[in-house]
Amino acid sequence: MSIATTHPGGHAAEPYQGGLRRWLTTTNHKDIGTMYMMFSLIMFFVGGLMILAVRAELFQPGLQLMKPEFFNQLIGIHALVMIFAALMPAATGFANWMIPLMIGAPDMALPRLNNWGFWLLPPAAILLTLPFTLALFGIGDGALATGWTFYAPLSVQGGMGVDFAILAVHILGISSIMGSINIIVTIFNMRAPGMTMMKLPLFAWGWLITAFLLIATLPVLAGAVTMLLTDRHFGTHFFDAAGGGDPILFQHLFWFFGHPEVYILLLPVWGLMPHVLATFSRKPTYGYKAQVYSFIAIGLLSVVVWAHHFFTAGMPVPALIYFMFSTMAISLPLAVLFFCWIATMWKGAMSFETPMLFAIGFIVLFGIAGLTGLILADVAADAQYHHSYFVVAHFHYALFAGGIMGVMTGVYYWLPKWTGHMYCEKLGKLHFWLTVFSFNLTFIPQFFLGLAGMPRRIPDYALQFAEFNAISTVGAFILGLSQLIFAWNIWITVRGGKKAEGRVWESAEGLEWELSSPPPHHSWETQPVIK
Amino acid sequence: MSSSPGHAVPGEHYFVPQPSLYPVILSAGMFLLAFGFIQVINNFGPGKWVMLGGTAVILYVLFGWFGRVISESQSGAYRDWEDRSFRYGMIWFIATEVMFFAAFFGALFYVRVISVPTLGDMMATHGTSLWPEFAGTWPTSGPKGPAFTPMGAWGIPALNTALLLSSGATVTWAHWSLLRNRRRQLALGLLATVVLGSVFLGFQAYEYHHAYNELGLTMGAGAYGATFFMLTGFHGFHVTLGTIMLIVILLRCLSGHFSAERHFAFEAVAWYWHFVDVVWLVLFVFVYWV
Repeated sequence: MSIATTHPGGHAAEPYQGGLRRWLTTTNHKDIGTMYMMFSLIMFFVGGLMILAVRAELFQPGLQLMKPEFFNQLIGIHALVMIFAALMPAATGFANWMIPLMIGAPDMALPRLNNWGFWLLPPAAILLTLPFTLALFGIGDGALATGWTFYAPLSVQGGMGVDFAILAVHILGISSIMGSINIIVTIFNMRAPGMTMMKLPLFAWGWLITAFLLIATLPVLAGAVTMLLTDRHFGTHFFDAAGGGDPILFQHLFWFFGHPEVYILLLPVWGLMPHVLATFSRKPTYGYKAQVYSFIAIGLLSVVVWAHHFFTAGMPVPALIYFMFSTMAISLPLAVLFFCWIATMWKGAMSFETPMLFAIGFIVLFGIAGLTGLILADVAADAQYHHSYFVVAHFHYALFAGGIMGVMTGVYYWLPKWTGHMYCEKLGKLHFWLTVFSFNLTFIPQFFLGLAGMPRRIPDYALQFAEFNAISTVGAFILGLSQLIFAWNIWITVRGGKKAEGRVWESAEGLEWELSSPPPHHSWETQPVIK
Repeated sequence: MSSSPGHAVPGEHYFVPQPSLYPVILSAGMFLLAFGFIQVINNFGPGKWVMLGGTAVILYVLFGWFGRVISESQSGAYRDWEDRSFRYGMIWFIATEVMFFAAFFGALFYVRVISVPTLGDMMATHGTSLWPEFAGTWPTSGPKGPAFTPMGAWGIPALNTALLLSSGATVTWAHWSLLRNRRRQLALGLLATVVLGSVFLGFQAYEYHHAYNELGLTMGAGAYGATFFMLTGFHGFHVTLGTIMLIVILLRCLSGHFSAERHFAFEAVAWYWHFVDVVWLVLFVFVYWV
């Protein structure tokens, strides 16, 4: 254990730790942010490979490549990997890298805890994927095969892959909670003198609300899967009507977490958007206060609308009406955000570098997620669309076009700041256009499939769905391969390339651009004073 | 929301700890614990030993990491700025604990208000029921659950309520003594809190024994048994942790740690103790009493 003597009233320069040891032991927010981003990128490809196998199976009707049991495992683990191991770590990586730079803090408030938060992720990812490997050796029957939602009673009866997923979710939850506590404390306690809450960068505001949502909802998920565990192995009857329990109780508990989770994935991106849009429109952000209040409103509303995920499970009519209208109410603050994004660009001197392209692509495609979400929020319409491919298409517009394209916006926007090199603009633009094209090629057909009645999570389908499925599979493979350009672009940018200036983008505003690119290992050791 | 920025002393440097291996070792220990646990409940592999190994690793890290923090604290590395970070951190950690218990209370209210009455009303509302005889009254182990006697409120549980409430008072007494620099009373107050907490746990263990052996009240006793044991069990687990934390704080007080001005660890443990106290009150009302 390398621990030097502490220096009260300041901190000593860290002895440089080469190689693996640097990454295992680091307490530096930039190192930890980098690890989060790299982990996220790797898991993005792991989750992507899983779903390409699924799309390959769905290319034609009939069972071609795999047994239905394995298909079921792939879709559930794909979702858990993408949500918990790709998107959430990417957002946490952004927060680690950027929040201290943006608010003029020397580091995150709790640096060792920060390191722990990251290093909980690899063991959890191993737990999620290990059952596949064990099944090859004849132990157990593979991974969780219930879909990522763990619905009882299927998950109560399922094999030991469910236990692996439960424990993985526990560890992922601890990781996210540690990250959230750290971010809240950093924002409250580490801001530069003079930076009041209403001068806080919007990215930090978005993450602050995210962190509160995580603190409010992840423990409930932990409780729900704990009940599942005791129902499976310790004889309780939480989700068994014969004992006075109810399988629907699981859905309530799960979606009390699950719906805010959508906003947990999206709020950091919404916080990032105004920075990018303002920079490339060469105008200040429009409606700072309106956006802050919208974040808060969305955060509050998101925890009281969960039951719209299972309208068809059976609920009293007043409950249906309440959950329908409260869900629709979220579109009001969300529309305010859309308005602010567009107004920021209005009459701006716009230029279209890759981050700006991704930001505009995000606005258009995420708009489709919002509008199709309104359709699903309608109880009567939902009776038709529930559990169909329409839902799959809707939430991929939200989480791929909204979440992952938002993350890509941030990566292209900040990569020069992190590495000190400009990424390759040509490859970036190619990546953008291929992604937008193939994403729509993948998911627009799924809207039609859903409207025509194709259920989700099914490895085989009726002949009438064949064409749209074939198109969707072709789109998915182009989409997957296009991401290799992204990875290649990051690789060459890390290795070299044109030197980036401190203020990478000519009209970018904020403390993070006052530092060199890359910033020194320790930045803002003396805090700047905000006038 | 505070509009005053993070720190007040210009030019002050925040304490950023040196690189540390403890976090990654702790993660490895937790992986072993989780993996071993999965093996045990599914009967494959050397699960017990993996769990034991994981626990040993976690204990090693707890001693090492907390020891490190204590020595940093004693060396004067933490001042007001760092202290505030710890306070915020502990507050939001307790908030996550509140939400964890909320999940189980949510389950309790759901079965009492929705699922049990609905099961009981099936004949009346739908004209058909898998269990036409089921009355849907609380407490119940459900239509197919075993017969059991529910736990009464006014025996041991009421006594336990008194014990925990008194322990909340004694820990506050210890805090006041610390603020007035009366070290003897500080130690006595903490000792009394530890004793009260331990007696509470002893009674709880006796109550479980009584429930399993004489009342037929087990985890398998339907909705009542499940919510009863999970709520009181997780609460008891938290009281155990709190008691261990109080013992550590007591030992630190005896070695002369903490001053009237600087005693975050003491307060954090006191907050935690009050938190388990409040959870117990809600639990007493809704699990045992009404």
